[in-house]
Amino acid sequence: MSTDGTAPDRAKPTPPQRPPVSDVELVGLTPKTPAQKFTRWLSRSSVQIVLVIVALFWLMPTIGLLITSLRPAEAFARTGWWQAITEPSQLTLENYTSLLGDSNLIDAVLSTFYIAIPSTLFPVFMAALAGYALAWIPFKGRDTLFLILVGLLVVPLQMALIPAFSVFRTFGLSGLPALWLFHTAFGLPLAIFLMRNYFAGLPGSLIEAARIDGASEWKIFLKVILPLGFPALASLTIFQFTWTWNDLLVALVFSTKQQPITLFLRDRLGEFSTGIGVISPGVFLSAIVPLIIFFAFQRYFEAGLLGGSVK
Amino acid sequence: MKRGKWLLAAAFLAPAIVVLVGLVVWPALRTIFDSFYGPAGKEFVGLDNYRDMFRFERMRIAIRNSFIWVIAFPFFVTITGLILAVLSERVRWRTAFRLMLFMPAAIAILSSGIIWRIMYEANPERGAVNALLNIPASMFSPPGDLAGATPSTDAAFDRDGLIVSLDVGEDGGTVLVGMIGIREDEIPESAVQASSIADSPEPPGAGTLVGVVWRDARPGENERGVVEAGEFGIPDVVVRLIDAQDQELATGVTEPDGSFRITGIEPGAYRARIPASEFREPWGGITWLAPELATMSAIIAGIWIWGGFALLVIASGLASIPRELQEAARVDGANEWQVFRRVTVPLLAPVLGVVFVTLTINALKMFDLIIGIAPGSVQDEANVIALEMWRTAFTGLGNRGLGSAIAVFLFVLILPVMVFNIRRFRIEEERR
Repeated sequence: MSTDGTAPDRAKPTPPQRPPVSDVELVGLTPKTPAQKFTRWLSRSSVQIVLVIVALFWLMPTIGLLITSLRPAEAFARTGWWQAITEPSQLTLENYTSLLGDSNLIDAVLSTFYIAIPSTLFPVFMAALAGYALAWIPFKGRDTLFLILVGLLVVPLQMALIPAFSVFRTFGLSGLPALWLFHTAFGLPLAIFLMRNYFAGLPGSLIEAARIDGASEWKIFLKVILPLGFPALASLTIFQFTWTWNDLLVALVFSTKQQPITLFLRDRLGEFSTGIGVISPGVFLSAIVPLIIFFAFQRYFEAGLLGGSVK
Repeated sequence: MKRGKWLLAAAFLAPAIVVLVGLVVWPALRTIFDSFYGPAGKEFVGLDNYRDMFRFERMRIAIRNSFIWVIAFPFFVTITGLILAVLSERVRWRTAFRLMLFMPAAIAILSSGIIWRIMYEANPERGAVNALLNIPASMFSPPGDLAGATPSTDAAFDRDGLIVSLDVGEDGGTVLVGMIGIREDEIPESAVQASSIADSPEPPGAGTLVGVVWRDARPGENERGVVEAGEFGIPDVVVRLIDAQDQELATGVTEPDGSFRITGIEPGAYRARIPASEFREPWGGITWLAPELATMSAIIAGIWIWGGFALLVIASGLASIPRELQEAARVDGANEWQVFRRVTVPLLAPVLGVVFVTLTINALKMFDLIIGIAPGSVQDEANVIALEMWRTAFTGLGNRGLGSAIAVFLFVLILPVMVFNIRRFRIEEERR
């Protein structure tokens, strides 16, 4: 009936008896009388209004943060951020200019990239390799192995923190390599699961044809599987990158010199009111990278996050 | 050939397997092992850590809070997602709406916690949540014109307000009510220089009482109890004249210069009362991040973070249920609520289950939100299991044994939920 997917609202017909269903009846359901039209308009516009209000409420905290980050800390101590809406003269870029001159913050932003990029590429690549083998190289016990690997999803990373910490120390691995390895390990089960399932859905004829042509498995992986698997790789990469970019727990345990922006923020929470001039623009800068990814690669982002929700 | 395949597969799988065994499987087993050992991991203590876990106050609070999280969080987020999914189906801008609500999911949870800490500032002048609640609050009990003020002239508070004794003679009477404790920025905009009418040598006239309520303070020196240049009247203050029997005789309201006039009074001794409502303090706001409220407030922030996720998943489920069933129900005379309750929700049950279970796991693993939202002094009271595990193992002296036991406890809680989640995930994938 409704081609645009919306459910048409109607005046509430509550006939005492079930009317016979016919095409005539269905036509009769479209509002005819002014009263019916009015009820329909009312219920439709009230839904609109409710949703507009909900959307405004949902945006409010983010807007509040943005405005807070554009006001001096003294203003935060006195009045709420919304005062700046009627008095825009309060707004200043001072927090940002002083923050961008803060070498600690620059280091934190760079460190977050140093941590997140390898922590994303390693597991995605390893999972792509494993996913290909699990999908297209038949060997004995393959399904069992797949089940075991994916089963590792049940292990919360808290279960590994303490021993991993000691192991890294014994091997003299600390800071970045430790973070990369740990993020890789806990990114893998989900990544393998997604890769294997996506690759398994690719047309087998292409791979068989390549094999007959004498291409090596490695070549097939690079030239056939990776290009065809792009959508899944993109979603997974975006998910894993956002995950590691936003991580706090792993960084708290394994970071040494190179501290991500979440740690930078966390260290400043002790003096919240006086530090708001650093904290609020810091939060905004930490959010801007995933938000850009979110808006630029919206579809992949959604797919990645929904897939990753099992984590 | 068979052997070749094996080697080939092994080569592709080796990196992942090495990392997983080294950093997931082995450490997890080691954690179970460690949980039976002491703080330094040296002496065997049996189940002591598991017993101690439930004895420590901090951990008990953490378990209680995690329990609240698991009960409340998945429920409210799923409900929010369901309602908004159904409603947003009816508007053309649903994609934009869903995107807007999903946005918080991209932000670090720590940052979202900080964002909400700003929202939750207790003072309604500064915190947006309390400022919104202050709108109805100040409508129902508006703050008085004299909030926070105390008298500088002879007067005393009783239960009903401020009492000033006065005499009305044959040619009238005067009364001065000076107020201090009103900040300069609290002077109403309509106020003007306080009236000197009470100092006038001319008497007010028979049966007339005149008085001044004013801010008995000005920049620089000033004399208490005397209306001076630069001191402001306080407008709109209600003054009631009462007799010895507490009977109300007349009422006056102050002008912009703080003066009021009551006529038709017999000579005698009276009292003037400024009612308590004039002194009512503005609403102080809810301390959302107080120890006893912090968990609830954090859950509300959690709804903001994950509501969009629930909305998206449920909306995609909604899009896949056959519309004819809902139409048929409508044709059969069901109203919108009945359609929702009897048709839509049952058809959505599997999707709702998925969302619910995912959120339950999130509730158990809750960590960064607490660090971000709770002030340092409230961290203990807002504590949750995952946070306490890190605190026990990695802060202070670091108790390896107890930390491991808490990790195992968390694992045991997550395990059944997670198994359920993975199982349905696999079924779903296979169906595709």
